[in-house]
Amino acid sequence: MGKIKLLQGNEACAEGAVYAGCTFFAGYPITPSTEVAEFMAKRLPQIGGAFMQMEDEIAAMAAVIGGSLAGSKALTATSGPGFSLKQENIGFAALTEVPCVILNVMRGGPSTGVPTGPGQSDIMQCKWGTHGDHPVICLTPAYVQEIFSETVRAFNLAEKYRTPVIIAFDEIVGHMRERIEIPDPGVLPIVNRTKPTCSPSEYLPYDDTKGDVPPMANFFEGYRYHVTGLNHGPDGFPVNASPRIHTDELRLIRKVEGNKADIVKFEETLMDDAEVAIFAYGVSGRSAKTAVEAARKEGIKVGLFRPLTMWPFPEEQVAAIASRVKAIVVPELSLGQIILEVERCAKGRCKVEGIFRVDGDPINPAQILAKVKEVK
Amino acid sequence: MSGRYEIRFSGSGGQGLILAGVIFAEAATIFDRKTAVQSQSYGPEARGGASKSEVIISDSAIDFPKATEIDLMLALTPEACLKYYKDIKPNGTLLVDEDFVKETPKGTFKVVRLPIIRTASEEIGKAFVANIVALGAITAMTGQVSLEAVEKAVLSRVPKGTEELNKKALMAGFDLAKARMS
Repeated sequence: MGKIKLLQGNEACAEGAVYAGCTFFAGYPITPSTEVAEFMAKRLPQIGGAFMQMEDEIAAMAAVIGGSLAGSKALTATSGPGFSLKQENIGFAALTEVPCVILNVMRGGPSTGVPTGPGQSDIMQCKWGTHGDHPVICLTPAYVQEIFSETVRAFNLAEKYRTPVIIAFDEIVGHMRERIEIPDPGVLPIVNRTKPTCSPSEYLPYDDTKGDVPPMANFFEGYRYHVTGLNHGPDGFPVNASPRIHTDELRLIRKVEGNKADIVKFEETLMDDAEVAIFAYGVSGRSAKTAVEAARKEGIKVGLFRPLTMWPFPEEQVAAIASRVKAIVVPELSLGQIILEVERCAKGRCKVEGIFRVDGDPINPAQILAKVKEVK
Repeated sequence: MSGRYEIRFSGSGGQGLILAGVIFAEAATIFDRKTAVQSQSYGPEARGGASKSEVIISDSAIDFPKATEIDLMLALTPEACLKYYKDIKPNGTLLVDEDFVKETPKGTFKVVRLPIIRTASEEIGKAFVANIVALGAITAMTGQVSLEAVEKAVLSRVPKGTEELNKKALMAGFDLAKARMS
């Protein structure tokens, strides 16, 4: 039996990171994510890790990449304005294949927006925030216990696929406290990056003949290699020629899109006989679950699809749902973002209706129930 | 949503109402082993402004984490009272500080007035324990969590050296509400 605690979502993320083996945090404090930095500042020195408060979010993301190259599992936490600043370096981590985890506790935006209110309007930014075609894994947990286990999964996926992983939840989920059982060490599986077995002189950091995820050497363990944001060859030095650019970019995307069966995760509630489906995540997903319960009491056949992996998007699942329900309702704390993906996958096979809210309050179950009745 | 009990603690930022909510939720979950969720809402300022903290206690899983049909709401300032009272459910209770919230809105809920801040400053001697006095009163009025659990949760959360003070404040609030209820 693990340790029982009452924790905030943010604290559960920090606990999950430590459980996963994170020993390095670099960040710049920002509401509503600051509790993660606060927790790590206290905890990491106790376990031989390091906490660095950087001069801004750009530097924090750079430090996380450096920490990971040196062999530490590394985390940063931020919110919208800071997440915007991190984008360039998130792209750098994607192209240089440096595992790391970025938490975005979403508040209202754009700009500094509503620091203490919840938002879900960075969800497209999680996918498209940095320029160029790049792989993205983004997890969207909504319960404190789930934040803990999904943070462990985020680190595992980052290490397994040598890629940055984003965790995105809203302010309400980040600040809310619930009971959590922190599992004993060994209960949840921990994945560590595959290291090279060859000698340092033979090591090629981006050797695609070793599979889609080439082994990764940690610096200061005898291996040295070139790390650049330019497209590069197997040795890490810039290559500005066909076909290497093309094949390497395809490999980067394939690491994620080709492993959707391993990465995509979701929860379905009463979907079997549902005539109306709700697609919702974060606090909107929690609200939708309460709405489903209320609707079922009135005999309305409605179910909930709650993605725990938002990117890569659960395309096949949403497409299958769209062919068997009358309508999909998408409540989100934005003016309509993730609904675009749902529509793309539904391809007109059913109605897709949104509930959008950006006034700093969550979409409540009554709002969702009313919309379900309207479309059923 | 039967079996769901919703409490909202409201007042001014800095009065310790978020902490009061955390302690109450901790009493419910850790010490009384019930299901509870605590959430909060506050403005950008560290002090002042209206702030609220909510605790939902239930005998089953809690999904929507915010209060929408409040069983009991505490208001320590007139501003918070007016801003947040609208979600109190019919026959719910509005608990106000009787010196600071002179006028209360009309509604289908009961209004209970207790000298919470005065008890903290005069009887206990420290105005800053008003949140714990309120917690004592709410423990008595809601009956959702045992006094023992709340006491344990208070003692695990307050700064070292203030345990006796806070215990006294909790009991003072509990007795104040019991006396009013009898």
